[in-house]
Amino acid sequence: MIVPGALARSRAPLHAGGMVRVAFAGETLDLHPEGVAFFPERALMIVADLHLEKSASFAARGQMLPPYETLETLRRLARLVADLRPDQLVLLGDSFHSVVETIGNEGPARGMIEAIAATSVLIWVAGNHDPVPPLPLPGRWVEEVALGDCILRHAPVEDGRNEIVGHLHPAARLATRAGGQRRRCFALSGRRLLMPAFGSLTGMVDLSEPSIRRLLPVQDTRVFLMCRQGLAEVPASACLR
Amino acid sequence: MIAKAQARRPTLLIAPTGAGKTLAGFLPSLINLADRDSRLAPRGTHTLYISPLKALAVDISRNLEVPVTEMGLDIRIETRTGDTPASRRQRQMRLPPDILLTTPEQLALMLSHAEARRFFSDLRTIIVDELHALAPGKRGDLLALDLARLRKLAPEAISFGLSATVAEPDDLRRWLVDGRAGLLADLVEAPAAIAAKPHLRILDTEERLPWAGHSARHAIREIYDEIGKHRLSLLFVNTRMQAEMVFQLLWSINDEGRRIALHHGSLDVGQRRKVEAAMAAGRIDAVVCTSTLDLGIDWGDVDLVVNIGAPKGASRLLQRIGRANHRLEEPSKALLVPSNRFEVLECLAAIDAAYAGEQDAVTKRSGALDVLAQHILGMCVAEPVSPDELFDEVREAAPFSLLPRETFDRLVDFVRDGGYALKAYERFAKIRADKEGRLRIANARLAQAYRMNIGTIVESTMLKVHLGSARGGSLRAGRLLGEIEEYFAEGLTPGDTFVFAGEVLRFEGLVEDKVIASRAIGRDPMIPSYAGGKFPLSTHLARRVRATLADPASWKALPPQVAEWLSIQSFASGLPGAEDLLVETFPRAGRHYLVAYPFEGRLAHQTLGMLLTRRLERARLQPLGFVANDYAIAIWMTGDLPFRIAREPGFLSALWDADMLGDDLEDWLAESALMKRSFRQCAIIAGLIERRFPGMEKKSRAVTISTDLIYDVLRRHEPDHILLQAARADAATGLMDLRRLSDLLTRIRGRIVHHALERVSPLAVPILLEIGREPVFGEAGDAMIAEEAVRLMAEARGKG
Repeated sequence: MIVPGALARSRAPLHAGGMVRVAFAGETLDLHPEGVAFFPERALMIVADLHLEKSASFAARGQMLPPYETLETLRRLARLVADLRPDQLVLLGDSFHSVVETIGNEGPARGMIEAIAATSVLIWVAGNHDPVPPLPLPGRWVEEVALGDCILRHAPVEDGRNEIVGHLHPAARLATRAGGQRRRCFALSGRRLLMPAFGSLTGMVDLSEPSIRRLLPVQDTRVFLMCRQGLAEVPASACLR
Repeated sequence: MIAKAQARRPTLLIAPTGAGKTLAGFLPSLINLADRDSRLAPRGTHTLYISPLKALAVDISRNLEVPVTEMGLDIRIETRTGDTPASRRQRQMRLPPDILLTTPEQLALMLSHAEARRFFSDLRTIIVDELHALAPGKRGDLLALDLARLRKLAPEAISFGLSATVAEPDDLRRWLVDGRAGLLADLVEAPAAIAAKPHLRILDTEERLPWAGHSARHAIREIYDEIGKHRLSLLFVNTRMQAEMVFQLLWSINDEGRRIALHHGSLDVGQRRKVEAAMAAGRIDAVVCTSTLDLGIDWGDVDLVVNIGAPKGASRLLQRIGRANHRLEEPSKALLVPSNRFEVLECLAAIDAAYAGEQDAVTKRSGALDVLAQHILGMCVAEPVSPDELFDEVREAAPFSLLPRETFDRLVDFVRDGGYALKAYERFAKIRADKEGRLRIANARLAQAYRMNIGTIVESTMLKVHLGSARGGSLRAGRLLGEIEEYFAEGLTPGDTFVFAGEVLRFEGLVEDKVIASRAIGRDPMIPSYAGGKFPLSTHLARRVRATLADPASWKALPPQVAEWLSIQSFASGLPGAEDLLVETFPRAGRHYLVAYPFEGRLAHQTLGMLLTRRLERARLQPLGFVANDYAIAIWMTGDLPFRIAREPGFLSALWDADMLGDDLEDWLAESALMKRSFRQCAIIAGLIERRFPGMEKKSRAVTISTDLIYDVLRRHEPDHILLQAARADAATGLMDLRRLSDLLTRIRGRIVHHALERVSPLAVPILLEIGREPVFGEAGDAMIAEEAVRLMAEARGKG
C-alpha cells in the first residue's frame, strides 16, 4: 500500500497550479481542476450541470438525501467566481434539477445567487431538466450562447460547429495500482469540449458509455481527470476502451 | 426437546453437525399436530421454521414430507422463499400451512402485512436453524426484531434455537427470549461423545513449501491423488478466486479423467444446482467450493474434506469437517493443505483447537442501527404503531436490549424525513403521527418500496460476464458465463487474463454493464494476490500460533522445513514470547524497513499500517508504503529508523501507543474507502436509497445516485448524523477490526522486543514477498492516478 503523503515526493504529472491552458476554437481556454472553464481574454467563465435541489427531488419520492448540496455547490461556485473574477458567468444548463422542487424565492440559496450576480453577469442556458426558468432569476435566460467561433449549449449537436457542452456528466475510469479509479473529467476533442458536472450530488457517466464514446475519436481526444492536486491528463486510449 | 415443548420452555439445542438436530427441533411439533383435533378449522400456522439459506429450507421440507406422508398425517408443510411464486404466497396468506419453512427476509416481509396478526395468531413453535451462523450479524439483528414482534402477535409461541457448538452458548440463549429481563432459554446439549473424534492431518508435502502466496500450486498433484482414494471429496477454499485457481490447476493434471466440479456464489444458479444434484446422485468425484457449501445441507456421501489454505478459525474448520460423513459412528476425515509456511503454523493451531473442542468467540456487538431503521418502517407499514410500544418491543430483542430511547427517536426521525438537523423535508415525511400519536405511513407507494428493499444482505454490484470478442473495433457480447464483482472488473485492463467459471479468460472490455471476455487457451492467468481470503485469522488461533512460535519444543509437530526456518530465525533475529511483539528493523536496497509480527489478522494490520505510517510521516521518517497480511506488517521508509530508535529511548513505544486510535484514526477514517463502503451498505439497509434491481435499472450504470457523493456531502455538513454513526460502528467491527487492534496495543505495552538487524530475517521473507502484489486501497487513489498518468503519457509520447 502506498502512503498518501508519498505523492509529494514523487514526480507529479499534475499541471502547475492545477490549471491547464488549451487552445479551443482559436482562443485560449483555461480548464480549472474544480471543474469550470475560463476564457481569460473574455473574462468569461463556464460551469455546467449544477443540479441544484436534486436532494429535494429525491426526497419528494421518498429518498431523503442530505439537504445540503445546493448551498455547498453555490458556495464552491461563489469561491471560484471570487478567484477568477469573470465578467460573465455562463451556466450551461441543468442548473436546477427540477422546475418543481426547487429553491425558494427567498432564502439562502437565492441570496447566494444574487451575490454572485452582483459581480458577474449571469447567463443561464436552458437544459433538459430546466427547459424554462423555475423562478425569476438575475441575469439572462437563453437557449444557447454564440461566442466567437464557438457555441455554448447544454447538449451536443452534430452540426459541425465548435461547441462547449454539459449534459453528459463525463467521468474517466482509469486502471491503476489502487484498482479502478473514477474521476470527473474534461474531454476535449477537436471541435468539442465536454464539461464535467459541477453539482455536489450530480452523478457521473463513464466516457466509455456509448452515448459519450461516439462523440470522441480516440486519436483526437484529450482527457483531463479532476484530482485534488490538479488536473491529470491521460491518453484517451486509456479510458476509452 | 419433547419435554421442553410440553413444558413450553424456550430452548437452545446444541449439537454437532449431522446429529439430526433439525428433526429433533420438529419432533414436538409433529407430535402436537398429529394429536390435534383436525375438525377445528380454520387455523393459522402452527410451526414456523427459519433458516439462513433458502436451499436449506427446501431441503428440510423435503426431509419432513417423507415421514409425514408415510405416517399418513394430515399436516400441511410448505416453504416460502424468494423463489415462491406470488400466487402461492397469496394462497399461503389465506390458508396458512401447519408448518411453514422460510428465511429471515421472508418473515420480515410477512410481518409487514396487516394480515400478519391473523396469520400468526395460532403460532405455537418457532424454530431457528443454524442460529450460531445467523445471530451474530445484521440478519440476526433483523430476525431478533421480528421474533420480538412474533412474541407480541403470538404470546403462546415458544422459540427453539438449533446451533452447532459455540464458545458462548449464553449469548444465543439470551437471543432466543425477551432480552430485557436477563432471562435465558433452556439449554439442551447433545452429548458430543457420541460423535467419533474427527481424523485430521496436515498434508505432509514432498514439495518445497512456498514462502508466500495462496495458490497451493505445489500440492496440487498430492491433492489430486487424495481425490482418487475417496468416493466424494469436498475441497474448501476461502475465496472464489482461489476456487477458480484450484479448479483450473486440478483439471490441468486430470489424466485419470476424474469428475471434478466447481461451486461458488458467483456462478450461475442453474450451474450450481446441477453440481448439487450431481453430488447427491454420486455422479461426481470432487467439488472445489467456497463457504457457499459451509452450512448444513446434505449433498451426498462426502468422505473427505480438504481445506486448502488456512482455515482462519477453529469453528469454521469444525463446520467444514462436519460436511464429511454425516453419520456419527464414522470419524470425519479432513486434510489440511497449507499454501505457505505461516499457514502451516496456523493449520497446526487449528487442528489442536479442533481436537480440544475449542471454538472461536464471536465478537460482541450491539444491534445495527440501519437494520432497526428498516424494521421501524416495516412496522409502520404493517399497521399504525405507537412509538412507545414499539420502543418497548424493540428492547425485547437481545441485540437492542440496551438501546437508548434517544437513539430510537433519532431513528424514527431518520425514517420520517432523513432526520437531518436542517429540517427541509417535513412536507415529504414518510411517516406521520395520527390523532392517537400512532405512526402511519404517508402513502401506499412507500409500503411497496419497503418490500422491495427488505433484508440486510447488500451484494456488491455484480457485472455479467459474457464470452465475446473485439471485432472491427467494437465489442460483441456472446454467451453468458456468470457474474463478477464490479470492483474486480474495474481493475482490469484489456489483455489481462483471469480465471472465471473454470476457464482462463482474456478481458476485452466493458460494454455498459457487461464484461466482455474471450477464451485464452494455454495462457497463464494473472491472479490478483488478494485471493488470500476475506476471513481474518481468529484471535483464538492467533494466540495458539504465537504460543507455538515461542515454544521450540512444540516444533516437532511441524514439517522439517518449517521447523528449520524457525530455528534459523531464532539465531538470526529472535522469536517473540507468546505475549510479546517482535519488531525488526533492517536496511534493504537503500531503504529502511520495519517488520512487526502481531498475528492479529489482515484487517487489524491494514488499519495499523495506515495509522503507523501517519505517525512515521509526522516523525519525518518519510514512509513510502506498507504491506499487511494475517501475521505481520512491513513498512518501508527513507528515514533512518534504527538511528532514531537508538537515539530516542521512548520512540518505539510511543510509535505503538494506543492513542493512535484517537485523532489519527478519525482523520484517516473520514476519507477512507472503507467508510464509504460501509456507508453504502448502511444507506441501502436503512432505506436512505433504494436498491437497484436487474431490469429496473436504466441502461447506464451511471445514472443511479452515488452513495460516495452522499457520504461526502453528509460528512461535511452533519458528521454526527445517525447513519454515519451506524457506518462507523460497522467499519469498526467489520472492516477494520478496531477492537482487536486496541487489545493488541494494550497487550504489548512494555512488551515490544526490538531487533536491529543487518539484513532481512527469515521470518520477514514472506511478508516482503507480498510487496507489490498487494493491491493499493482507495485512500491513495489520486496518487495512483498521478502515477499512472505519468507512465501513460510517457508511453504515448514514446510512440509518437
